[in-house]
Amino acid sequence: MAEIQLKDLAHSYAADPEHTTDYAIHQMNHVWEQGGAYALLGPSGCGKSTLLNIISGLVKPSHGSVLFDGVVMNDISPQDRNIAQVFQFPVIYDSMTVYDNLAFPLRNMKVIESEVDEKVRAVADILELNSILQQKANNLSADQKQKISMGRGLVRDDVSAILFDEPLTVIDPNLKWKLRRKLKQIHERYNLTMVYVTHDQLEASTFADKIALMYEGKIVQFGTPRELFENPNHTFVGYFIGSPGMNLLEIEVTAEGAKMGEITVCLNDQQRRLLKSAGNASLKLGIRPEFVQLSSQSNDESMPCTLVHTEDLGTYKIVTVMLGEHSIKVRLDEEQQVPEQNAYLNFPSQWLKFYADDYLIVTDETGDKS
Amino acid sequence: MSRKKNIGITAYSIFVLLPVYWLINMSFKSNEEILGTFSLWPQQFTFANYQVIFTDPSWYNGYFNSITYVVLNSIITLLVALPAAYAFSRYKFIGDKHLFFWLLTNRMAPPAVFLLPFFQLYSSIGLFDTHIAVALAHCLFSVPLAVWILEGFMSSVPREIDETAYIDGYSFPRFFIRIFLPLISSGIGVTVFFSFMFSWVELLLARTLTSVNAKPIAAIMTRTIGADGIDWGVLSAAGVLTIIPGILVIYFVRNHVAKGFALGRV
Amino acid sequence: MNKIQNNRAWFLVLPVFILVAFSAIIPLMTVVNYSVQDIFDQNNAYFVGVEWYRDVLQDPRLQDSLLRQFMYSGSVLAIEIPLGIAVALMMPTRGAMASLSLILLAIPLLIPWNVVGTIWQIFARADIGLLGYAINGMGIEYNYATNATDAWLTVVLMDVWHWTSLIALLCYSGLRAIPDAYYQAAKIDRASDWAIFKYIQLPKLKGVLIIGVLLRFMDSFMIYTEPFVLTGGGPGNSTTFLSQTLTKMAIGQFDIGPAAAFSMIYFLIVLLVSWLFFTTISQLDKNKT
Repeated sequence: MAEIQLKDLAHSYAADPEHTTDYAIHQMNHVWEQGGAYALLGPSGCGKSTLLNIISGLVKPSHGSVLFDGVVMNDISPQDRNIAQVFQFPVIYDSMTVYDNLAFPLRNMKVIESEVDEKVRAVADILELNSILQQKANNLSADQKQKISMGRGLVRDDVSAILFDEPLTVIDPNLKWKLRRKLKQIHERYNLTMVYVTHDQLEASTFADKIALMYEGKIVQFGTPRELFENPNHTFVGYFIGSPGMNLLEIEVTAEGAKMGEITVCLNDQQRRLLKSAGNASLKLGIRPEFVQLSSQSNDESMPCTLVHTEDLGTYKIVTVMLGEHSIKVRLDEEQQVPEQNAYLNFPSQWLKFYADDYLIVTDETGDKS
Repeated sequence: MSRKKNIGITAYSIFVLLPVYWLINMSFKSNEEILGTFSLWPQQFTFANYQVIFTDPSWYNGYFNSITYVVLNSIITLLVALPAAYAFSRYKFIGDKHLFFWLLTNRMAPPAVFLLPFFQLYSSIGLFDTHIAVALAHCLFSVPLAVWILEGFMSSVPREIDETAYIDGYSFPRFFIRIFLPLISSGIGVTVFFSFMFSWVELLLARTLTSVNAKPIAAIMTRTIGADGIDWGVLSAAGVLTIIPGILVIYFVRNHVAKGFALGRV
Repeated sequence: MNKIQNNRAWFLVLPVFILVAFSAIIPLMTVVNYSVQDIFDQNNAYFVGVEWYRDVLQDPRLQDSLLRQFMYSGSVLAIEIPLGIAVALMMPTRGAMASLSLILLAIPLLIPWNVVGTIWQIFARADIGLLGYAINGMGIEYNYATNATDAWLTVVLMDVWHWTSLIALLCYSGLRAIPDAYYQAAKIDRASDWAIFKYIQLPKLKGVLIIGVLLRFMDSFMIYTEPFVLTGGGPGNSTTFLSQTLTKMAIGQFDIGPAAAFSMIYFLIVLLVSWLFFTTISQLDKNKT
């Protein structure tokens, strides 16, 4: 069992990195607690796979250290770290049967055969591989193969963490949810730390208790799926999470409120204070399409807008409107009507987020800034 | 582990290079020195052996002859094998499997079997002692191989690429040359490597089908056996010169070869 | 891949067909024709049926060289396949050293076969050759020109030198085609180097190895030039293989009928063994998909 800690960790593939752009992973401190189910989410090339390989020991970090339960692991080889890893493409030993595949790590550790048998059968039971134990592994479907590679991690008693590197990429869409549920089940049963790398926010939020969102080699936010949705720490989190992503508008603070081009959004006192504290930074206003209100009636704070496009996606609609020269997305439930003639937008003030240099501006009472 | 590996590969490289080194060593010695003293490197370094080859047309023409038919062979092989491989990789047609297998059986035919009939065939159509005769004879072995290699490469190119190109309005020849060939450049590299390899190293057919005008260098080398024994120095120098074209070819296609071999089609 | 049925594809295959038919079918027919006739001169030929075949099969020269041939092909395969795999495993995987070793290994493959013979002639001779000189210097009597065992060993060693590279290059490329994830997973599964070889590398090399064995069998079975240059088939007949026996018969003695019958038998043996391999390969391909 292990708590995984990254301490002042940074990594560069270049021999002597000079610029920050040389780094695949920027310096970070992070803790994955024992027994948690975590997702490492981010677009391709953000460094998430590199980070995973640093944890498993396949890549040696150029700076800082990796600690398992407080013990520095930098010089410990992958096989001695007591972790298992499931790769994007299923890795199976094709010449062996399913049974031998599952038994392989145990046999390598010279475990006695009766114990091997017991373990293999127990794991096969959970993974529903019982019926095919004696089959050759190379003729199986991708999801079965992926289960086998997972099973090889589970048979070992000493495994304290399982790392997944986009394990569902090659799985048929209709089998993905099944396998994902299996993962969840295994997590509950074995009390293992699991880190799951993916670029799919849906996969991440259904699997993980907490998501670490990575962007350009940094973990920009670490929190529950709900936190990432409601309170994005960084404009990228707003943009990346949610579908469509957050509306982000550049603003200037004036006496009346937040000015964007011709339009001015009214601000309350707290928000004014908040923006003032940011000083000269470049400011942005963010609001999720789900929280924007669109109606055919105007009220005190509403702003007139023009409808551009409506996309009906069945259970909800995405409406694109123009507010001055800014394009804004609004997400409406299916029963909500799209205004026909005059349309007015409202930005409920509790859902307005303000960003200075892309980071959320926070006051002391509302939590931390990463 | 990696140390052991390095020692192993170094040892094997020495095993490969030692006989070649000895040949080079000999080529810079005079016959008196070769037969008189035993030494690991030339004591009286001489270019005389190379001079013999570069000044005697019957020697250096041998190189031109060999290179001529090898190049001819590679060109013919590529020209006929490319469309055929495309057909095998993209279409089903009557007798395709049989034809493919029949082509491959020719790679399995011992050249010695074809010796006499080839001699008679090419003599009767007046091609005896021409470069093209040797090139054609070698095609029998290089073409099946080329079709096989190229078919493997072409099959790994998704057919959607062909279809997209047609939809975009490419004619077949333009598509084939502008789009398809660049995609299988590794395959072409490997094919050239193998047709060169086969044609350059083969002697039995080349010697049988030529007498004077197209006689390959390899056959001319037997001349060094004269009345007073073998002219070791000149023989070595001629040998060294035959290794150079091979090294040039492998140098140019080295990156393609590993990829091509991986398909298991050679 | 689902291929489209299209008989016009024959037009694309036609050049190959004509070329190969011209160089293969006509000569092969000539051989078949000769093998069933007794030819005295242009106008006097008698149909003799299978007589030449019977003669040839009973000919001790053929039987001897066939036996020698199988022994030879067997021994070179037994050495070259394991050695080739070992060399491939030892080759550096990236960087300039990888290119360099690739080029070095390929050198023997691109040397004309008679020059290969010449190189070994010069290298192994007791008087002027490094190898011969060194062996004799160690107090072991060695002369490939007079001692049949020495000649045999030298020819085998020459073949190993000449062709192990082919197996090594094949396996090297096969190894490069194994994704890194396999090695990483094996590391995490605590597989030993031997287990990695046995369960990952060897199974992935199966395809290229079958091709390698097939090629080496075919080519060693047809070997002519190298031993001809090195030993001339001697001493005695100790290194006379099938091709040389055939060439002697056809060109040296003009026994065209028996030589033709011999050719057919020779071809059929190679074809039969190769066909066995070919079926194995297609079977493997089928299993994969």
